[in-house]
Amino acid sequence: MDVSQYLEIFIDEAKEHLQSLNEHILVLEKDPEHTDTINEIFRAAHSLKGMAGTMGFKKMQQLTHDMENVFSEIRNGKMKVSSELVDVVFKGLDVLESFVANIQSDGTEGDIDCEDIIKSLARILNEGRGGTGAKTEASGRVSAQEIIAAPEANPKEKFRTLKIEEHEKKAIAKAISLNLNVVGMTIYIQEYCVLKGARAFMINRTIEEHGEIIKLYPSAQDLEDEKYDFDYSAFVITKKTPQDLIEYVMGVSEVKEVVADYIYLSEEELNHYLAEIKRDELGEPSLKKAVDADALKVGSAAQVKQQPSKPVANRSVRVDIEKLDVLMNLVSELIIAKNSLVVSSNAIRDQLESSFFDQIEYLERVTTNLHESVMKVRMVPIESVVNRFPRMIRDLSKSLNKQMELYMTGEDTELDRTVIDEIGDPLMHLLRNSADHGLEPPEERIRKGKSPVGAIYLDAYQDGNNVVIEVRDDGAGINIDKIKKKAIEKGIVTEDQAERMSDKDFTDLLFLPSFSTSDKVTDISGRGVGLDVVKTKIEALGGDIEAKTIWGKGTNFIIRLPLTLAIIQALMVMISDEKYALPLGNIQTVENVRSSEIKKVSGKEVLNLRGDIIPVVRLGEVLDCPKGEEKDDLLIVVVKKGERFAGMVVDKLLGQQEIVIKSIGKYIRNHKIISGATILGNGEVALILDVNPLI
Amino acid sequence: MAELSTKQYISIRLGNDLYAIEIKYIENIIVMQNITRVPKAQSYFLGVINLRGEIIPVMSLKARLGLEKDVFTPTSRIIILKPERTAAPVGITVDEVNEVIDLSDEDIETLTYDDKEVKAAYSLGIGKYGSDLINILNVPELIGKDE
Repeated sequence: MDVSQYLEIFIDEAKEHLQSLNEHILVLEKDPEHTDTINEIFRAAHSLKGMAGTMGFKKMQQLTHDMENVFSEIRNGKMKVSSELVDVVFKGLDVLESFVANIQSDGTEGDIDCEDIIKSLARILNEGRGGTGAKTEASGRVSAQEIIAAPEANPKEKFRTLKIEEHEKKAIAKAISLNLNVVGMTIYIQEYCVLKGARAFMINRTIEEHGEIIKLYPSAQDLEDEKYDFDYSAFVITKKTPQDLIEYVMGVSEVKEVVADYIYLSEEELNHYLAEIKRDELGEPSLKKAVDADALKVGSAAQVKQQPSKPVANRSVRVDIEKLDVLMNLVSELIIAKNSLVVSSNAIRDQLESSFFDQIEYLERVTTNLHESVMKVRMVPIESVVNRFPRMIRDLSKSLNKQMELYMTGEDTELDRTVIDEIGDPLMHLLRNSADHGLEPPEERIRKGKSPVGAIYLDAYQDGNNVVIEVRDDGAGINIDKIKKKAIEKGIVTEDQAERMSDKDFTDLLFLPSFSTSDKVTDISGRGVGLDVVKTKIEALGGDIEAKTIWGKGTNFIIRLPLTLAIIQALMVMISDEKYALPLGNIQTVENVRSSEIKKVSGKEVLNLRGDIIPVVRLGEVLDCPKGEEKDDLLIVVVKKGERFAGMVVDKLLGQQEIVIKSIGKYIRNHKIISGATILGNGEVALILDVNPLI
Repeated sequence: MAELSTKQYISIRLGNDLYAIEIKYIENIIVMQNITRVPKAQSYFLGVINLRGEIIPVMSLKARLGLEKDVFTPTSRIIILKPERTAAPVGITVDEVNEVIDLSDEDIETLTYDDKEVKAAYSLGIGKYGSDLINILNVPELIGKDE
């Protein structure tokens, strides 16, 4: 059977499964009893095995088969998760990833030897089976069993003794198939509570904020009529964990106690109901619908749907990146054409009816919307890049013998596809830097009064027209004096210059090639090659990076990347006799200022603008334009970068325009200030200025 | 075993001298048009032009070869070159474009220049065409690498 046509799909899905496995095993390492995760891991391994077998990749199939066996035993409660097991599994995952990489590059698995891992897995399997058979009854959570009162189960967990109806089991099966959690809860309210009916209603409403209640005992009607003692139970379908739900409910007043845990079906039941659900979806009649009505009424809360609920996974289409690029180009051309149309129409302005201009405006609205939509299509959440970092930090934590945690926020922040591809390596380097150089060894941290576990933060968020990514650590910080000494030593600055430099100037030095304050070169970083490569890559994406540090407290690397790549709103200006475009995104205001108001402070020109002192930049000088005559009044465009402002001197304002950014190519020496060129409506070329480096 | 090969060149004039560019590098020859200056570029780059929607950098050939300054006349032209099939195009300014000529390898004499002569790298030799001497330009060296 020729399966080569499925190769691409195989590679994509294999990568997804491997990523999922990585994430889940990390979770499992911290919480070895987390049965949900174990199921997920088993499912992923099982799928991988099937896929590998179909495609004829025997080695992969073998390895995943062994891993699947181990997880099957864990799932049945016959084996426990040990840290040794986790290490072996991670090694196995690495090997699988290499297999997939090989398959991607030359179509075969390659020659990687996984004998050791297979042997280790076999050994663990044997030890596990032999020794721990008897232990499982003792562990409170038993997965994949019918809901029976386990001998040591908490008697307070009354939900466990509830009988589950057919339709409820079906709903549970459906939920499980959608990767949702099914949580059983028993809620105890205070004995002194007066309005039990109202209290129950409020508790249920709180729960409904985080999921769907599919079962209540006593029934919703009974609860409303206060026909219950001081406790009741509920089954909830939710994305949250039992712990989360317990917290939420405990937040309601007059709640004494809440116990909650996951609900499972045995594999046969699960399959049975999933099959039924499939039949339903295909239109075959289901007899159960009538039963649902009264059992599921929960006051005024929403009705539980028996139809398949909306899939949790995104409904998405895989699109070739090239097609997106073509689309993007076409939209750019459309905008240029529209601009040319406007310019041409200006010549015969008088002869044109007003409706012509209305149509032009309409055309502009449509092209802008089109552009925005295409941009959104190309945007990808940063999650796809950063999701491998937790694993990396875990590995580093082990190899460096330092305890560390990675906290990430804003994983759903979106960046353009091309940027996403390039941003991974620089981020990885910064994280490794923090782990290796930033964070101190646990003993030192304790001495300094810090927690022994180092914290690394990765935050991503939007700021105006940019996406900002911060990599922070609460480690030792960077010693500015050390930088100073090193810089003077290497002859990069003289002693005098060093005196006049600000902290920011010093941290900027870190990004110079072969500048490293590390005393020794480790395998991970310290070679003095990294930070300048990071900076180059980020600048190639049109962004910038800076470092902030507090000695003893930590270091913060701030990366700023432009959101939109190709089409922007710009302010057209004349500088001397040349036209330039200034991106509107970071322009604050435009001011008319008397020449006399510009003062000099430490040799630099500044302006007092309504109380704020901002530096003034003569763009004409920066761009080597022919010097004009001295003017009494100056036009200043005030731009903002982060919290800093600066005033750019221009000679004339021409107006606001939507422009298409075109690259000026690689032959002309790339200067940071020229970020590209644009073709104006009349065919002229105007250069686009990026004033950020001047601030 | 070296075969005797004849290649086609375009002969151009810079000042009073004749130069040749092998036809395989030439994409396009256009009349002089407005060149937008790019600040902070290398001194031999005049700027960029808009060629049917594409932004193309333009180099002054005279400046690149260290000759006298450009004075553009109605015969001045911009030759769009591609040092490799997959490279981005670059334009060079010339005083006049003459004709297509055939030169075989035996008509070309490679000269040894002083190592200090920067210009040496840009020339593949001197060709004899009738009574004229034509300097064969080394286009890849001339254009330089995409940085």
